Amino acid sequence: MSTEGYGLELNILIIGVGGQGTLLSSRFLGDVALRLGRDVKVSEVHGMSQRGGSVETCVRIGENIASPIIDRGMADVVLSFESVEALRALDYLKPGGTVIMNTQEILPMPVISGTAVYPENVPERLKGGNYNVISLDALGIAESCGSPKCVNVVLLGVLSGTIPGIPEEVWLESLKNVVPAKLLDVNLRAFEAGRKQGGNETKV
Amino acid sequence: MKELLLGNEAVARGAWEAGVHVVSSYPGTPSTEITETLSKLSSVYCEWSPNEKVSAEVAIGAAIGGGRAMCCMKHVGLNVAADPLFTASYAGVNGGLVFAVADDPGLFSSQNDQDSRFYALSAHVPMIEPSDSTECFEFTKKAFELSEKYDTPVILRLTTRVSHSRSPVEVGERKAVPKKPYVKDIQKYVMMPGMAKKRQAIVKERDRIMSEEADKWIKLDNPGRKLGIITSGICYQYVREVFPDASVLKLGMIYPLPEKAIKEFAASVEELLVVEELEPYIEDFVRQIGIPYVEGKKYFTPLGELGTEKIRQAYYGAKTPAAAPAESSGLTVSDAPMRPPTLCPGCPHRGVFYTLSQLKLRVTGDIGCYTLGAAAPYKSMDACICMGASIGMSHGMEKAEAVAASEALGDAEGDNIRGTVAVIGDSTFVHSGITGLVNIVYNKGASTVIILDNSITGMTGHQQNPTTGKTIRMEDTYPIDLTQLCKAVGVRRVRVEDPFDLKGFRAAVLEEIEAGEPSVIIARRPCALLKGVNYGRPVTVDADKCRRCGACMRLGCPAILKTDAGVAKIDRSLCVGCEFCVQMCRFGAIGKEQEGGCVK
Repeated sequence: MSTEGYGLELNILIIGVGGQGTLLSSRFLGDVALRLGRDVKVSEVHGMSQRGGSVETCVRIGENIASPIIDRGMADVVLSFESVEALRALDYLKPGGTVIMNTQEILPMPVISGTAVYPENVPERLKGGNYNVISLDALGIAESCGSPKCVNVVLLGVLSGTIPGIPEEVWLESLKNVVPAKLLDVNLRAFEAGRKQGGNETKV
Repeated sequence: MKELLLGNEAVARGAWEAGVHVVSSYPGTPSTEITETLSKLSSVYCEWSPNEKVSAEVAIGAAIGGGRAMCCMKHVGLNVAADPLFTASYAGVNGGLVFAVADDPGLFSSQNDQDSRFYALSAHVPMIEPSDSTECFEFTKKAFELSEKYDTPVILRLTTRVSHSRSPVEVGERKAVPKKPYVKDIQKYVMMPGMAKKRQAIVKERDRIMSEEADKWIKLDNPGRKLGIITSGICYQYVREVFPDASVLKLGMIYPLPEKAIKEFAASVEELLVVEELEPYIEDFVRQIGIPYVEGKKYFTPLGELGTEKIRQAYYGAKTPAAAPAESSGLTVSDAPMRPPTLCPGCPHRGVFYTLSQLKLRVTGDIGCYTLGAAAPYKSMDACICMGASIGMSHGMEKAEAVAASEALGDAEGDNIRGTVAVIGDSTFVHSGITGLVNIVYNKGASTVIILDNSITGMTGHQQNPTTGKTIRMEDTYPIDLTQLCKAVGVRRVRVEDPFDLKGFRAAVLEEIEAGEPSVIIARRPCALLKGVNYGRPVTVDADKCRRCGACMRLGCPAILKTDAGVAKIDRSLCVGCEFCVQMCRFGAIGKEQEGGCVK
């Protein structure tokens, strides 16, 4: 990951459960990249998976991006909206990369119906590998900021805190550009709350 | 100004700037956002039509009348629109006519993985294929000119990864294009045998001329290398990454294929590959024109989508291992439980499928969110083929039973069929279910059809349809009355039921399957994701009253969980408060959450 002179090179895999607002995150990151004058490609998943399935979105920022897809071992950051989804995306992360994860657990139907098991203590057990983990209760933070729907913006705030060298105004301008005007205040609070957590890699 | 546009948004922008007058489409992933985007722009007429055939006919009419027109659909939608397409190819156009067709390699949201390129080949309609959002924008603009210049419909072929990827696009302004004068021309536009035969010859000649045009749509990277790769669309982007040093012939027009350019390219390299998703469409052509040493499907699977990793592994094999992923000290990816899509909390279809699974009926299904009724825990769908098929299939199943019964052969061993019902959504019913219902009435069937009326086209992301009373631009319009419609085609037994009224709905289904004549149950309750739907606070479980019987769990609601002690528990971050589960509890343990979180 390099941000020198805004020469941002970054592959971010966003993963979550359909309906959690992952698409807004990728639009936001794309907007940031454009403001920095970088090339960017975003690959989104629409359609059936959005009905409660596992949803992956790739964001690739660089000088000249060809494929919109992130392969295994290629992601600098996995941004996960749900606990076990972070685990699901782990193969995409490169050694030395960073997992930013919401500790919220949303049980998949096979777990609810008893045919599969949801592993315990996923955030803790993900630590100790050859990569960094930032885990936080983004849902709790979003609720305390005024809306549980701001989980995505809390996580984006965390991400922004881990990427040095980009002026805060750039992030905020992009945020203003992608969230509806009437929801800007709550989203700004959520972003700031997340941003404070970024870089504190021992936070559980 | 550069904007970060989805491929679909860029197609819309290109069409708009090209002055398109009329756009008519039926929603279908991954094509839906083209028409949605256009409907938010000024000066263009946009509509959702009942199905792709109608949308194509509207666009053809607009084009013959002299306007620039477009219809947009997913790959299987082109099956529905194929009839008008094949003959519009003969008639040609007046104003430019573009079919935007999005394939879904890898079946992200589709029932099959068909390759639309063969439609271009067999309908003799030029097809162009962009590889990113900028090309989506530019190719769409050029498509209208191409259509007018060569007097033909043009197919813009997209795939999921092009339609649903964003990349920067330099957009401009709309150029108002005057409608072309309409001149009556029976020989050209009335396709009877005598006229069509003459047009057929013109189409053949057009193919020949267009093959030369196709030479202008190529892009050549790194000429003169040993390894040469022919590719198009999204695969071009993958090839750029996997083979940065190879010579690449990128094709923009994929029907007709540029024979001359391909021959020249083939002669300039030592090893020739074709990288394409799905069928060996380009590869077969390259062989056909006398280049036997080409390879493609020998390496690259025809199943699903390709990608840089797949292409790299298929070609280099163990020589170039994939990048090493991060390694966890504790958990591995295989420890993550599967997360298949599921009916949302508050989904009205849950009431229907819970009831049908309880009654153990045979259910023919259809295309929409409600296809998830086939998944656990309901497993209450027996077959699903295509839009509208549920109704015809249930009729066929019942006729097969009837013949067996009349020949006194009884049920085949183990059949044990209690009854068959067809389930179909409101939008899908209007798309192509109505004719199935007409068939049941006309041919003295006795099927029960359940129309799942959730007041919207759900799966594709909430589009209006002829039953909702709103147009694509949210203007008020005449809503088709499903009850009146079913009665008008001759169904005497039509009733509206609430799928969340478990007792009432179950009784209605039992009554109608015994009726011995065609019947329709309209299961009416709006999609829980609609803006106007607000059930208020979530429900909660009184742990003291819960007897751990698990009845509520059988609803398969993602918000209803079980604690380690076996007591039901509501995930209040997911519960929408629909209270459907309340009636499942015989012990009164589930109730609306009050301020402070207690049961009322």
